[in-house]
Amino acid sequence: MGAQLRVYRGRIKSVKATKKITKAMELIASSRIVKAQQRVDASLPYTKALVAAVTAAASNSPGAHPLTAPASLRRRAAVCLITADRGLAGGYSTNAIKEAEGVNSYLRGDSVTPVAYLVGRKGVSYYRFREREIAAQWTGFTDQPTFEDAKAIADTLLDAFLKPVEEGGVDEIHLVYTEFVNMVVQRPVTKRLLPILVEEKKADESTGVLPLYEYEPSAESVLDGLLPQYITNVVWNALLLSAASEHAARRRAMKSATDNAEELIKSLTRLANQARQAEITQEISEIVGGADALASAK
Amino acid sequence: MAVLTVSLVAPDREIWSGEAEFVSAKTTEGEIGILPSHEPVLALIADGAVVRITTATKESIVVAVHGGFLSVDSNKVTVLAQTAEMAADIDVVRAQAALERARATMDDKAAAAARRAEARLRAAGSL
Repeated sequence: MGAQLRVYRGRIKSVKATKKITKAMELIASSRIVKAQQRVDASLPYTKALVAAVTAAASNSPGAHPLTAPASLRRRAAVCLITADRGLAGGYSTNAIKEAEGVNSYLRGDSVTPVAYLVGRKGVSYYRFREREIAAQWTGFTDQPTFEDAKAIADTLLDAFLKPVEEGGVDEIHLVYTEFVNMVVQRPVTKRLLPILVEEKKADESTGVLPLYEYEPSAESVLDGLLPQYITNVVWNALLLSAASEHAARRRAMKSATDNAEELIKSLTRLANQARQAEITQEISEIVGGADALASAK
Repeated sequence: MAVLTVSLVAPDREIWSGEAEFVSAKTTEGEIGILPSHEPVLALIADGAVVRITTATKESIVVAVHGGFLSVDSNKVTVLAQTAEMAADIDVVRAQAALERARATMDDKAAAAARRAEARLRAAGSL
């Protein structure tokens, strides 16, 4: 006897240790969400100014730019998928991967070959396990991306877009990332990165007449310079939002893990108490029985 | 007199914003100076350029900007910079070391690094 009780005590100890870890991860993730959100907010002025400039330049420039013109025949499309580097974030990576799978099958339905560009270790291992081809991959920064990371990704994607399809280029680029709606809701979304969908604005009521810009050196070269920056910024934004989502997803996953651990400890403690009581009862009845036997033997 | 509302933004933060009377920058075409009531302009800023802002309180702000745009529209000036550093934040010794290092290795990447370092030194007033 006593073995039962020892087993329970051992399990309680192990669950408690796990709970400590998940609790710590939950706290770390919560503090990082705030930081990640601040980074998203800090990038807003740049995004706003850039979108305004691109809209103005695109609306005023004559003819189509190679980055805005849709291909007449779509054959290959890049799907850039942003996932997490580490697990323990609930369904965060899985949901993004699922969204990308949806995009892939949709593209295949249009007889377009999807080409994978992956960000984050989880996406890479998913593709590698299924022995699929990966065109390019970036890992190691998904929880705290820097602008240089975004630039590296955007440059690679632009290169692929500007190359002819015969040499391994693509006709379209789709970006799959996770939008941070709020602390509880994160939604995987797909955005077409290239060819760019620029909303050409005609003079509307709210802003009055669109200013007629003077371009230096020319509208085309300004657009040439602006659009790659715009792409980089969209990627940068997606990385920031994904990072915030990743932390939020991790926080929630770790919170429920901690809650479950607490529940488990509670029920295990009950069982351990029961076992202890049973042991004591048994001991008493053994002593009483023993004393009875001694008394009757006399 | 009208003033310019200037905002200088980098991808990860807003570097400076406020009111100013004069902004000068180097575009790919050459120096451009902007006073209030300037016509709308969208210009590419040259690599390794220095942007000077004279604020409404006659203070002078100098910023090293690398790769970006300048847009002017109804007295609103926006400078979009891929990287930007205020003159006050520039470490002259480090920039100088970076410049020498970049000059020692002669390739395209080093040339860009050299231009960046030069811009930093120019902004800090020691070149």
